[in-house]
Amino acid sequence: MASFRQWLRGVGLATAAVAATQLFTPAAQAQAPATIKIGILHSLSGTMAISETTLKDVMLMLIDEQNKKGGLLGKKLEAVVVDPASNWPLFAEKARQLITVDKVAAVFGCWTSVSRKSVLPVFEETGGILFYPVQYEGEESSKNVFYTGAAPNQQAIPAVDYLMANEKVKRWVLAGTDYVYPRTTNKILEAYLKSKGVAAEDIMINYTPFGHSDWQNIVASIKKFGSAGKKTAVVSTINGDANVPFYKELGNQGIKATDIPVVAFSVGEEELAGIDTKPLVGHLTAWNYFESVNNPANKAFIAQWKAYTKNPKRTTNDPMEAHYIGFNMWVKAVQKAGTTDPAKVIDAMIGVTVPNLTGGYSAMMPNHHITKPVLIGEIRADGQMNTVWQTPGTVVANEWSPYLEGSKDLIADWRAPLSCGNFNVVTGKCGGASK
Amino acid sequence: MTMMCRLLLLLVLSVAALPAHAQTEDPFAGLASDDFDGISQAITALALSGDKQAAPTIRALQAEALFAGTDGALLIKSDAGYRDARTGAPVADVDEDSLNPVKVNNKVRRAVEAGLGSLDLFAATPDIRRKAAEAVFTSRDPAILPALARALAQEKDAGVATVMREAQAASMLESADAVVADKVAAVATLRLRGDLEAQSLLASLHDQPPAVMAAASTAISAIARLQQLWSIVQSVIYGLSLGSVLLLAAAGLAITFGVMGVINMAHGEMVMLGAYTTFVVQEVIRAYVPGLFWASLFIAVPLAFMVSGAVGILIERGLIRFLYGRPLETLLATWGLSLVLQQAVRSVFGANNRDVGTPAWMSGAAQWGGVTVTYNRLTIVVFAFLVLAALMATLRYTALGLRMRAVTQNRRMAAAMGIRTPWIDALTFGLGSGIAGMAGVALSQIDNVSPNLGQGYIIDSFMVVVFGGVGNLWGTLVSAMTLGIVNKFLEPVAGAVLGKIVVLVLLILFIQRKPRGMFPLKGRAVEA
Repeated sequence: MASFRQWLRGVGLATAAVAATQLFTPAAQAQAPATIKIGILHSLSGTMAISETTLKDVMLMLIDEQNKKGGLLGKKLEAVVVDPASNWPLFAEKARQLITVDKVAAVFGCWTSVSRKSVLPVFEETGGILFYPVQYEGEESSKNVFYTGAAPNQQAIPAVDYLMANEKVKRWVLAGTDYVYPRTTNKILEAYLKSKGVAAEDIMINYTPFGHSDWQNIVASIKKFGSAGKKTAVVSTINGDANVPFYKELGNQGIKATDIPVVAFSVGEEELAGIDTKPLVGHLTAWNYFESVNNPANKAFIAQWKAYTKNPKRTTNDPMEAHYIGFNMWVKAVQKAGTTDPAKVIDAMIGVTVPNLTGGYSAMMPNHHITKPVLIGEIRADGQMNTVWQTPGTVVANEWSPYLEGSKDLIADWRAPLSCGNFNVVTGKCGGASK
Repeated sequence: MTMMCRLLLLLVLSVAALPAHAQTEDPFAGLASDDFDGISQAITALALSGDKQAAPTIRALQAEALFAGTDGALLIKSDAGYRDARTGAPVADVDEDSLNPVKVNNKVRRAVEAGLGSLDLFAATPDIRRKAAEAVFTSRDPAILPALARALAQEKDAGVATVMREAQAASMLESADAVVADKVAAVATLRLRGDLEAQSLLASLHDQPPAVMAAASTAISAIARLQQLWSIVQSVIYGLSLGSVLLLAAAGLAITFGVMGVINMAHGEMVMLGAYTTFVVQEVIRAYVPGLFWASLFIAVPLAFMVSGAVGILIERGLIRFLYGRPLETLLATWGLSLVLQQAVRSVFGANNRDVGTPAWMSGAAQWGGVTVTYNRLTIVVFAFLVLAALMATLRYTALGLRMRAVTQNRRMAAAMGIRTPWIDALTFGLGSGIAGMAGVALSQIDNVSPNLGQGYIIDSFMVVVFGGVGNLWGTLVSAMTLGIVNKFLEPVAGAVLGKIVVLVLLILFIQRKPRGMFPLKGRAVEA
């Protein structure tokens, strides 16, 4: 009997001791459930939900798959999904919540540049990691952000080169939605075209508001601009929704891709899924990935995506591939660093190389951007792209454009000892002429 | 016989001065080429080869239905299976994995259009011959000149003959051995055509005899002057078209805000519901009675009116009737409601745009001189006026309209006369919302059907109603058309963004001077 009582006392003591440890060292205990949290910061409501919901789903799929492979560092991964609701200040709030309350190891998120700019100070202050998967205007490199989308020289400039060489385009319409990405991209393109000897009167720049739907006289003026006897092309940074009425109007006014081709940087498979693509056939897009790319890795990814979403009609697109690359890079960097501590992972990221879905490899460069192949595709009647041209190898991102006055002397290199996002090679100082 | 054919082929090819490697015995071989230049050259050669399988093969390529096998076989895919492109004979047991589609890009497409153009010049239907002549006009290949001359000689249709002569002129200017007098005559033909294509073609001329260049430059300035005049007419038409869209969007608001005085921020969502009703109607038709697709919009109009009207009545009964006389609360409550409706639609239909089809009779465009009017815009203009007329007739001639006017002019007197004013309020709000729903049917044809559809129109709608004079439907009409036309004249000068701002500033200045809008209501009702 006594032994039983002693045993009871022992159990009691042990319980108390465990309780005490729990009380006094909550942090140590919190890590014991053995999951690594990953934050997903994509809008699930509001105007951007159309594009960003897909990226949330693809992240959940990638995390799910990694867990099936046994997780990471012996722990399971756990997704923490928040909804910043297409509301830019809310992005910053939710990012702070993810890092300080949920203590996520990395955040995958944002679509628009303004949302990225909104969360940037939060990540730099708290030392978190953000993977940003969308093509953007460049002119930025942060220690805490890994840019897995294309910089302008990985999308816009090769597209212009293609049109110059293959379609002999001599006259250019730069049409965009009125916000930071098109304005910066067009500024770079304008400087680039002029450096190639294009005269100022052969460049027409046009901006329209978000969601512009009445394109009648803008298309008419493009048509007029295109009838000066030189081959004309439209470089479109028109965003999202406004594209559908734009292309419809082109078709209505009888402008075919064989007359005045339009090359778009913001139109992907996802955007084309909801519209009648017949009038668009032959117009071009420039991306770093197309769903139609034919290789085993991509086929497997598409099959997995369709199975995961239980929808055989779901399309894949470029930002999804960017998250695929970014997630795999992060996994590899964590394995290399042996920890999920952001500071160590940030250092381990540079140089990590993983396969992309176009049959090659992408590497994380010291400027926190990745190497990518550039693909030019023509829209097919079924809403997919036909690759008509492709860079021979991968292209390294110019985060600071060499064609802009304020940024041509800047470089970013996050390796020690430089460890700077805007090093001015002329003055030799970090924090150069930018902004 | 074969010998003859080959000789002929060789002759044609050497006349066309085609690159050497296209001169193979098999005109089809080049189609399986790996590079786009090779494919385009093969198409041009095939079109001129006189092979009777040339036309079906090139047409298949245009439809992306031409496949190349690993052994050099060329197959045309159709619903019935595969056929050999060279012989037209059906092929059984095709290993689909070994086939690759013949690659197409814009260069190939241009070759296809030009090739079909030269083949179709002798087609039976005038429409096809006209299209063929247009294609030759665009491709301007001097090699087609002899064929064009033959086609022109036997052409009976005057319209088609004109296009053929223009095509002849265009090709003539490209020809190296045409005489100067012919070229000057060609410039004159193009000057008569007088459109942007002709201008573009003339502007692209270089290395021509001085007489031709001089004629071209006078022709260009003549065409430019003509185009200037047409562009004014065109801007007015674009303005009317935009105005009719504004009118449609604002007509419902002219009732709920104009007549009832309710600041309904969820008005745009009523429009959106109408657009989604159209989508549902089309889905049902596609699934069960595809033959009725041409009528989908006619079916959708009354349904959209009922759906949005019913939702409107529900909103009035459930929310707005508690807030009469409290504009600030109404504004906030309906704003919240608009977000709720948007998210509800997003949850049901998804965040992506929905594809609302355009019936065939609404596709395409009419051309009058230098003015192009697309049928869908034209339909919307007509529809907007019909809706406005119906609305005015309802208010003017029906018992319901009489009661609505009575209640809005003097509520207590109307109540004393035995009118159930709360019920009239609900019906009036329902009418305004229903009209917004009908606007949604029209907007589904020109805008994206997405949960955000309504947001783009709410500000414009309020602008139109306030500018026109609250409570006055004629004012709404005039104001919508004015704003539409001013906008379209400003856009080319100031750009779309600045144009909108300028319009807004002008509007504010106008409202400062005339706070009640262009056509203010007069009488004691206003003062009350």
